[in-house]
Amino acid sequence: MIPAAFDYYRPTKMDDVIALLQEHGDDARVMAGGHSLIPMMKLRMAEIPHLIDLQAIDGLNEISIEDGQITIGAMVTQHDLINHAGLEAAAPILREAALQIADPQVRYMGTVGGNVANGDPGNDMPGVMQCLDATFALVGPDGERSVAARDFYEAAYMTAREDEEVLTSVSIPAPQGGYAYEKQKRKIGDYATAAAAVQIVKEDGKCTAASIAMTNLSDTPIYSVDAGAALVGTAVDAAALNAAKAAMLGNIDPTEDNRGPVAFKKHVAGVILARAIERAWSRA
Amino acid sequence: MSKKMHIKLNVNGKDEEFLAEPRELLIYTLRERLNITGPHIGCETSHCGACTVTIDGKSVKSCTMFAAQADGKEITTIEGIGTPDSLHPLQEAFKEHHGLQCGYCTPGMITRATKLLEENPNPSEEDIRFGMAGNLCRCTGYQNIVKSILAAAAEMNAAKEAAE
Repeated sequence: MIPAAFDYYRPTKMDDVIALLQEHGDDARVMAGGHSLIPMMKLRMAEIPHLIDLQAIDGLNEISIEDGQITIGAMVTQHDLINHAGLEAAAPILREAALQIADPQVRYMGTVGGNVANGDPGNDMPGVMQCLDATFALVGPDGERSVAARDFYEAAYMTAREDEEVLTSVSIPAPQGGYAYEKQKRKIGDYATAAAAVQIVKEDGKCTAASIAMTNLSDTPIYSVDAGAALVGTAVDAAALNAAKAAMLGNIDPTEDNRGPVAFKKHVAGVILARAIERAWSRA
Repeated sequence: MSKKMHIKLNVNGKDEEFLAEPRELLIYTLRERLNITGPHIGCETSHCGACTVTIDGKSVKSCTMFAAQADGKEITTIEGIGTPDSLHPLQEAFKEHHGLQCGYCTPGMITRATKLLEENPNPSEEDIRFGMAGNLCRCTGYQNIVKSILAAAAEMNAAKEAAE
């Protein structure tokens, strides 16, 4: 499999990346680990005349945890994330999710930035970031701006990022309470049939806050305000679980594909969400 | 056609320099340009792991990296891990425990396993199954591959202890 020809750039300054994006517009694309983009190029489902490799840009592979704020550079790989002790303590859902992405080789290359910026509804980190209420930093010709993960995804592969912008980091308020990322997949390395990210806070046996997002059940990740609200004030008993499931099912819009028909996906989504809530609650 | 690039790699300790189109995938560079045919082309879609090599300390599927991306990096293939006269303990263990049948996946398996044992010298069976999940084998059912890696880990740890 040979991709269409392209020019390769490995700039060392972000200004040069932006200049290339301005010069070539839609014909240019930035690449982090390349493990989503290169397979698409090989299949000729993507043609990228100007490929900009971000590996030599300084400062994109740092993880910082300060004053309750976690910042993860776009070039931090899933492997880095999994092996970062501070992050495991501060936001263990990230490690739990990253371990369910692809396989070891892909996790050495695949990055957090690529996973969230690509806009593939099958990617796991977008839902996790919506659950955690992360914000994405975007750098472009007019400087930097930030966009909430919950506002970032518009449709499959369509995001709030402009063509001339680069997603440089993800910031997360340190999460509270119990967590779980539960994913049903057909085999290691597969995208989710359904997956759920849950953060839940327990006080005196009652849920005081819950955040729920679903992966690969619509053309974007789905942050389900209603599902979280269904748990708040309850002891997360069977009735509350059913209410959360029903609320979530009202928010998702799966389509039939080789992972199954719509009815099956909805069934799996319910099972997975219940498991995720129960596990998060047991850890809260 | 795009402009050719001047690319430098260090493969198994040897410096290599050549001109290549940016779209040349690393697996083709290794096999067809440098005649290093240990890494195999299996699925060519980032699933099977037959093309696994080590690049700057990472296990990488070389069908999913352009040679241009690897410019300036150190690469180890199965050829850099052992020789027929001096097998790596993993190679010895795969031979001893029937960790292969047709052998097609084996270079990728062993290359990946060297990195796995480097990061986790005392893996459980589960650690091995999870850590080898990016390498597919259609013959063995994995049982003997896991056995081989466990045996190699024990052998390598014993050798390390004896040396201390």
